[in-house]
Amino acid sequence: MDTPAKNSARRFRIGVFPGFGVWTVLFFVYLYVPILILVFFSFNGGKSATVWSEFSLRWYQTAFNNADIQRAAYNSLVIAFVSTGIAVVVAVLAALVTSRGGEFRGKSLAYGTIMLPLVVPEIVTAVATLSFFAALGISWGAGNLIIAHTVFCIPFAYLPIRARLEGMDSSLEQAALDLYANEWRTFWFVTFPLIMPGIISGATLSFIVSIDNFIISLMVAEPGVTTLPIYIYSLVRLGVTPEVNAVSTVMLMISIVFVAISYIAGKR
Amino acid sequence: MKPQKLSMMVSAISLMTASAVSAEDLFIYNWTDYTAPELIESFEKETGIDVTIDTFDSSETLLAKLKQGGAGYDITVVGHNYVPILVSEGLIQPINAPDLNGGGNIAENWADPEWDAGNVYTVPWNWGTTSFAVDTSVYDGDIDTYEIFFNPPEGLSGSLGLLQSSEYTIQFAQLFLGLDRCNENPEEMQQVLDLLLAQKEHVKLYSSAGVIERMISGDTAMHQIWNGDTMRARGDKPTLQYAYPKEGVIAWFDNLVVPTGAQNKDNAIKFIEFMLRPENAALQSNYSGFGNGISGNEEMMDPTLSSAPEIVAPADVKLYPTAQCSEEAIRLIDRVWTKLLN
Amino acid sequence: MTIDAKFPAPKLPQIRRSADSDFFNRWARLFPSLFIIGFFMLAPILVVGTYSFLEADPYGGVRPNYSSAAYAQLVFEENLDGSWGFNPSYVKILWRSILIAGISTALCLIVGFPVAYYMARQPVDKRNFLVLLITIPFWTNLLIRTYCWILILRDTGLVNNSLISAGILDAPFKMLYTNGAILLGLVYTFVPFMILPIYASVERLDLRLLEAGHDLYATRWQVMREIILPLAKPGIIAGSILVFIPCIGAFIAPDLLGGSKKLMIGSLIQLQFSSSRNWPFGAAVTLVLLAFVLIVLMIYAMKSSGKKDLEAA
Repeated sequence: MDTPAKNSARRFRIGVFPGFGVWTVLFFVYLYVPILILVFFSFNGGKSATVWSEFSLRWYQTAFNNADIQRAAYNSLVIAFVSTGIAVVVAVLAALVTSRGGEFRGKSLAYGTIMLPLVVPEIVTAVATLSFFAALGISWGAGNLIIAHTVFCIPFAYLPIRARLEGMDSSLEQAALDLYANEWRTFWFVTFPLIMPGIISGATLSFIVSIDNFIISLMVAEPGVTTLPIYIYSLVRLGVTPEVNAVSTVMLMISIVFVAISYIAGKR
Repeated sequence: MKPQKLSMMVSAISLMTASAVSAEDLFIYNWTDYTAPELIESFEKETGIDVTIDTFDSSETLLAKLKQGGAGYDITVVGHNYVPILVSEGLIQPINAPDLNGGGNIAENWADPEWDAGNVYTVPWNWGTTSFAVDTSVYDGDIDTYEIFFNPPEGLSGSLGLLQSSEYTIQFAQLFLGLDRCNENPEEMQQVLDLLLAQKEHVKLYSSAGVIERMISGDTAMHQIWNGDTMRARGDKPTLQYAYPKEGVIAWFDNLVVPTGAQNKDNAIKFIEFMLRPENAALQSNYSGFGNGISGNEEMMDPTLSSAPEIVAPADVKLYPTAQCSEEAIRLIDRVWTKLLN
Repeated sequence: MTIDAKFPAPKLPQIRRSADSDFFNRWARLFPSLFIIGFFMLAPILVVGTYSFLEADPYGGVRPNYSSAAYAQLVFEENLDGSWGFNPSYVKILWRSILIAGISTALCLIVGFPVAYYMARQPVDKRNFLVLLITIPFWTNLLIRTYCWILILRDTGLVNNSLISAGILDAPFKMLYTNGAILLGLVYTFVPFMILPIYASVERLDLRLLEAGHDLYATRWQVMREIILPLAKPGIIAGSILVFIPCIGAFIAPDLLGGSKKLMIGSLIQLQFSSSRNWPFGAAVTLVLLAFVLIVLMIYAMKSSGKKDLEAA
């Protein structure tokens, strides 16, 4: 245990906990080991995604010539970006009200409603949404999937933003309003930067759940809008080939490009 | 937001996604990797029709989707036991296969099948059997009985994998016990449950995903499996053997059908006529590794396929097409399955 | 920069607005989320809810006749002699799922908290980089990621093979198709849902607070308990909700890594809407699950808002 004297001598390390750094490194190893294996097997010459035979680029060639799988990957990306965008905007508004707006009637009910998509099992949402769209004659191609994805992305965007707002007092905003900034400017220049980490977290989670969603997508998808998870999960009957690993590796490359861009942009 | 504005926005977004729209379209709904790409290419070249293939993961998904009205497909591939349901629910439309160009090419044992008298609604796609495969380097005794499957000998015990399918597993048990399939008798279903519970001691897992990988890697030495999958796996692991139990083998027959809501029925018919040609059916079989129901293409089949013991069943084997059960029987199957996995 | 409630800022004059405009502002901002979820989710779910009181259609779907069979089936079953008896199967399945979800949530917290905290203490550009680094693996498909764990864990897999060739083990150590493997897979799948909300709430931590805390409390761990954990609490709660609830219904990890020898509630519901074709029963199980989770959430919501009132007073 640290004595107060030692403690003050190390003031520059305040808030640092021994072992947390090592733990984080181990965590990233845990996170990335399966990914390395995935990338490794994308270069497998054999037909199996799990038994190594020889080095080959044939599955990249196959994937490059497979229009269906490319279409599916493209659809997944577009749907994930659009749904995440809508969900985040909507979630920020809702989180500002439920964390900042004080007490009001119906708050618990509003909260419960926002949580609903998280709570209902996917297959039920899938079946319900499918019959609902069919009954209303909603047939907007990818629009159907974007609506369905936006719905279940909202709680994933909302909770981190709300967690960020919780316990954050409003003195800065109050100050801005006192200085005759209007509400919009106050939000844009004061609140928004303050809740940015919450927004990034929420957007990230939304994006992850959207790009990985299978059951709801499967049921709700209109003809011609197969997504990547639908394509991959449906392979069970004939087995997964390294082609899927190759496509996954390409997706990883895309994500790394995004990360690199945002990293460089953030440095400026 | 006004509805018009909303739908304009939605359609703008739809344009961004890659759903091909052209004058002549054909939307096919099939299992993943179950449509030969060469087939589609040559069909597109010949007719100028733009083909889009979407995929599903189980017949139940297909049924739910068609039944809830979320269709819009012109062609779909459906197991024989679902055909009577789709017909009685009005979900598929007549095509009168014998009147089509090449309607006479349907193989004899497929023409006028029990699930579709007179081929009014269906044309054969691929067919196959479901049994189990054993790694003979682990166990090299006879495997011509379900006894091996339900009471695995040393070596196989503990490395047995089953498909995550109540349908197949329970029918295996019924064939082994000599009971009616689609059983409505609770006492007989209790026997089935007892058998499956005893078998569970030897089971490593119940999973339909990754069967081929498990057999190749030796993770399982015996697995409930489709015949085409066994052939694929045997390519990487020659010691695999597909079982033809003397009690009988479950068979399934996939069919091309045209859903009621098809937007491009004429194109669907063109595709069906295209598939009735022996060379195209052979192309599809060579790709999928399953037999087809069109006659006159034996020579066009890949020799590895036409000589594969998995695909060419022994003449004396009894084939039992999977049955479509009554509500009462389905309830009992569900109860047995829930109790098994508890 | 913000200041924690324990060190309150001088009270600023409140902006006065009329109650009416408050009401309007509030609901106008809630409207988009409530509309999207209400129209595209609540309405369809209500329809499915009514399914639970109807008869099952043998071909999937429902027939419009009232029946309470679905709810009876939850706890009773018809014995072979036609009498009705208590059936613990479904209660057991529900309990098992909740237990696994609970353990996974706790593990995610243990694994994720130090990571979230460590990330939050890095310089800004490194922080954002780490957040994105967590995201990258999730651009690949869950099924494929889980397959990779099979490769690592199976009897002939990476771990066993290397341990055996290093002479540490004689025979493979069974890791795949165990409860441990399920938990490992669930934590792998859901840990970002714990880390990111905690990160979002810890990130606003003011170093001066910690300094003051160190002066006052002396040890790191007291600072953790007295300052950091209270600050991280909203994030921990949000993260726990985001992990626990999806975990109850998860089925990929239980199926692929656990070998699905035991049903989970997610697979059970799935089964009812597919091959068992008992939509009313699937709907009934869903409603029971929904009621359970929503009640827990509502209690939490009321409790936390009640507490704030007390603090404000």
